[in-house]
Amino acid sequence: MDLLTREYGTLRSIAGPLLFVEGVRRVSIGEMVAILLPEGQERRGQVIEISERYAVVQVLETTAGIGTTGTRLRFSESVARMALSPDLLGRRFNGAGEPIDGLPDILPERWVGIIGNPINPVARDKPAHFIQTGFSTIDGLNTLVRGQKLPIFSGSGLPAKEIAAQILRQARVAGEATEFAVVFAAMGITFREAAFFLDEFEKSGVSEHTVVFLNLADDPTIERLLTPRFALTAAEYLAFTHHRHVLVILTDVTNYCEALREIATAREEIPGRRGYPGYMYTDLATIYERAGRIRGRPGSVTQLPILTMPDDDITHPIPDLTGYITEGQIVLSRDLHRKGIYPPIDVLPSLSRLMNLGIGEGKTRADHRGVADQLYAFYAQGRDLRRLAAIVGEEGLTESDKRLLKFAERFEQEFVSQGPEDRSLEQTLSLGWKLLSLLPKERLTRIKPDWIQRYYKGG
Amino acid sequence: MESKGSIVKVSGPAVVAGGMVGSRMYNRVIVGASGLLGEVIRLEGDRATIQVYEDTTGLSLGEDVIDAGEPLLVELGPGLLTSVFDGVQRPLDAIRQELGDFIGRGIVVPALSRTRQWPFVPTVKAGTSVSGGDVIGAIAETPRIEHQVLVPPGTSGKVIEIREGSFRVTETVAVLDNGTTLTLIQKWPVRTPRPFRERLSSTVPFLTGQRIFDFLFPLAAGGTAIVPGGFGTGKTVVEQTLAKYAQADIIVYVGCGERGNEMTEVLADFPELTDPVSGRPLMERTVLVVNTSNMPVAAREASIYTGITIAEYYRDMGYRVALMADSTSRWAEALREISSRLEEMPGEEGYPTYLATRLANFYERGGRVACLGGSDRQGSITVVSAISPPGGDFSEPVTQCSMRVAGTLWALDSDLAHRRHFPAIDWKRSYSLYLTSLEDYYRRSVAPDWSELRREMMALLQQEEELQEVVQLVGIDALQDPQRIALELSRIIRDDFLRQHAFSEVDAACPLEKQYWMLKVIFAYQSLCQDLLKKGRPVEEILNLPVREELGRMKEIPVTGFVDRAKKLMARMDKEREREVE
Ligand SMILES: Nc1ncnc2c1ncn2[C@@H]1O[C@H](COP(=O)(O)OP(=O)(O)O)[C@@H](O)[C@H]1O
Ligand SMILES: [Mg+2]
Repeated sequence: MDLLTREYGTLRSIAGPLLFVEGVRRVSIGEMVAILLPEGQERRGQVIEISERYAVVQVLETTAGIGTTGTRLRFSESVARMALSPDLLGRRFNGAGEPIDGLPDILPERWVGIIGNPINPVARDKPAHFIQTGFSTIDGLNTLVRGQKLPIFSGSGLPAKEIAAQILRQARVAGEATEFAVVFAAMGITFREAAFFLDEFEKSGVSEHTVVFLNLADDPTIERLLTPRFALTAAEYLAFTHHRHVLVILTDVTNYCEALREIATAREEIPGRRGYPGYMYTDLATIYERAGRIRGRPGSVTQLPILTMPDDDITHPIPDLTGYITEGQIVLSRDLHRKGIYPPIDVLPSLSRLMNLGIGEGKTRADHRGVADQLYAFYAQGRDLRRLAAIVGEEGLTESDKRLLKFAERFEQEFVSQGPEDRSLEQTLSLGWKLLSLLPKERLTRIKPDWIQRYYKGG
Repeated sequence: MESKGSIVKVSGPAVVAGGMVGSRMYNRVIVGASGLLGEVIRLEGDRATIQVYEDTTGLSLGEDVIDAGEPLLVELGPGLLTSVFDGVQRPLDAIRQELGDFIGRGIVVPALSRTRQWPFVPTVKAGTSVSGGDVIGAIAETPRIEHQVLVPPGTSGKVIEIREGSFRVTETVAVLDNGTTLTLIQKWPVRTPRPFRERLSSTVPFLTGQRIFDFLFPLAAGGTAIVPGGFGTGKTVVEQTLAKYAQADIIVYVGCGERGNEMTEVLADFPELTDPVSGRPLMERTVLVVNTSNMPVAAREASIYTGITIAEYYRDMGYRVALMADSTSRWAEALREISSRLEEMPGEEGYPTYLATRLANFYERGGRVACLGGSDRQGSITVVSAISPPGGDFSEPVTQCSMRVAGTLWALDSDLAHRRHFPAIDWKRSYSLYLTSLEDYYRRSVAPDWSELRREMMALLQQEEELQEVVQLVGIDALQDPQRIALELSRIIRDDFLRQHAFSEVDAACPLEKQYWMLKVIFAYQSLCQDLLKKGRPVEEILNLPVREELGRMKEIPVTGFVDRAKKLMARMDKEREREVE
């Protein structure tokens, strides 16, 4: 053993992305490792377990070409860290935080470990500012609030990235001129998808306020376990040191989880549901919980993660555990998409848990909550009736049921569907009232009579 | 006795230390140079496996591990109320002062302030013989809660000196003849239940102000309710609403592996909200134990024990305590994670085979008891436990094991939540085993016809389901007029009685009396409809009577004056009936 450089040639076995190195002393959990191949190539790894016999190193890149003889491992004595400075904005990095835009390394104002300490719950500030996205289904019914984590649950082929890009373009907070800074983390998405986003940033002129981290489909799988952590380290820094309001896009969380499963399998851990590790909830929480506001600091981190529900199944562990951690979810529907509705947001399973903090008198409008509740109630009933009408025929319905049926139809066609239009909240609420006015006003029991008197337009 | 060894293995939150001669199970240990807190959970020879309550990143082999020679203890004394602790009872405010806005590692802060002074008023005199559980004095801990200073269990003797005045928690307030000194603080092993004299049965309800709970599926004070439901179905809102409005003296709220922002909401709201009974801020009856999902997983495992130990301590003073645990599933998952690091043989869905026992032992620490000590105090702990079944499927182990011990099941349903019917309690699936033992209370304190009303309501909901099946097959036309009315009635019960908006100013909490009169009005409406039908009025007209809309607005009528309004409404219905007679 070489005491000074801490290099070892004792690689004993390789299993999947894991290396088992014998007799390693004085290494610590999380330490970064350089893997030196005999031909002079270098790969990166990270220590994930240590015992007297072995240190287990997860290789961030491919293990192809690594052999048990001739390979040396150099331990760095440092956990994964990131160089931070305001110059991050406008820059592009790979999934392991190295610049890929041809520009020099960041001159760090400071170095910070990417794992990130949890925000002390008593230091958090309540999210309270409504972000207008321009989508009626979001602003009106599932309001996004600054400091929230609100994922998009997509299915393959559904337009999640278009929606996310449009939100980035349109997002504004009433009465404020400062733009959002954007942190974008690609995890295992295709070059084409990434190019779409980069193009969008360019077109909408946010590129200089954007930090990009790219781990694409053909980039090393295990590296993507670090990518969101680099991105969030940058986001926290911009928000809480430099007072920026940061929007973070993480896409696609499903690829991240697959990488997590790969490591778990290689470690021969007892698998949890559908082969994903039992600690996936905790692991995902260490990503999603890095959103919010902090008392006495003006910035915020708002997350818009995107995930693909395997087989459109919302009970799959990836959307399921995500929904248990995030503050709601925007769920896309294949049915609506087939009907040509954009955005194809199914409002029933969608939710914004922080909506109440961002709406109402003085924030949006006093009737906002009531309108949202009433639209939900009618739409849910209309959807039930649609199913019923499919069996017994429309003739089997009462007059008022027929009206609900019509309401549901028009709700989808006019309220949900909006094409490229950027709607103000006022427009969204008026549209809501227009649809509610299809029904007799006595049925609007979820709205206060005052508001009905003021806004109801029906006969 | 302290023993010292060194790290030989690190795997996630589990650390193995060698050379730990003399170490004992569940002893507290200090791990590594950065002084991380841990607990011994397995011993093999001189090898101790330790679950570490802080992030293990950066630990290396060979670092020191010190067994503190005592178990992990909870500090009990004045100052618990209004505090916010992490899973191992470190005060989060003090941590923030020391480390800033992010939680670092290796910090040692006592749970209770060592500098704050408390006014102690003795209630016994020198010469009195005391033993475990006896009250020796009182402290106004908050303006609403008088903190009884208790002789720790297992201690007894004759008081030879007792002092009055202001004291720090560690100062001596009494001395016994055997030399024992009593302070304002007791330390208790977190995993050991605190003793009591005798278990008592529960004959009073734990009133929640929520109609569907109080009327349909009541929980007894000292009972256990579980609240399983998929994400977004309303578990946390149930926990928080009960923490705000339920009739209890003390609330211990354990945020176990859930969201940071939810705790922020509690912290922001509770000092502002006042309790209608005492008029004091809710925070003055509340202790928070918070280990969010991104905080270390082993401390999450400890958090519910920390919470219940604090609950027991106030129970021992004779208070009605409610322990809100959100969510017990996250605790079970922490258990599973640690078990898998220990390479234990997994049971169902990877949970350790002792899951059921641990869960049952935890729930068993709730209940109503005659307190230890001479005076005739009775205290209770009501447990309300949220459960997060994967995919919302209740057949999983944590839900199933909990169902075996819980007396009340409040089953949440995604479909109801999706249509924004809150609380999204599935009335077909939910149940209360306390109905019979509480019946007497309801008859006496609410109304003699409480059980009948409840039964009728359940029958209507049951009938609705059958009628809906018919409608689904052949359409509404297939129903006869009385059935149409029954269908409308059950809709009223669902929408205008059971539905209750947690964020409504008036309706967030609804006292029993209002609940009862709301139902009286609804059933008066039913008999009106039936009578009019008999008199030959067309069903379409009956279903569109103007009073119908009023029923939908009853919830928003303030509590004061509600009974009058209800009676007026019923009088209007009588008129409607007579109008037909003319
Ligand atoms: N009683 C209620 N009244 C009004 N809204 C509710 C109620 N219960 C739940 N909700 C709504 O549902 C959302 C999710 O509830 P929450 O308790 O956070 O779910 P869970 O803890 O089961 O994931 C809340 O943010 C709120 O909007
Ligand atoms: Mg919850």
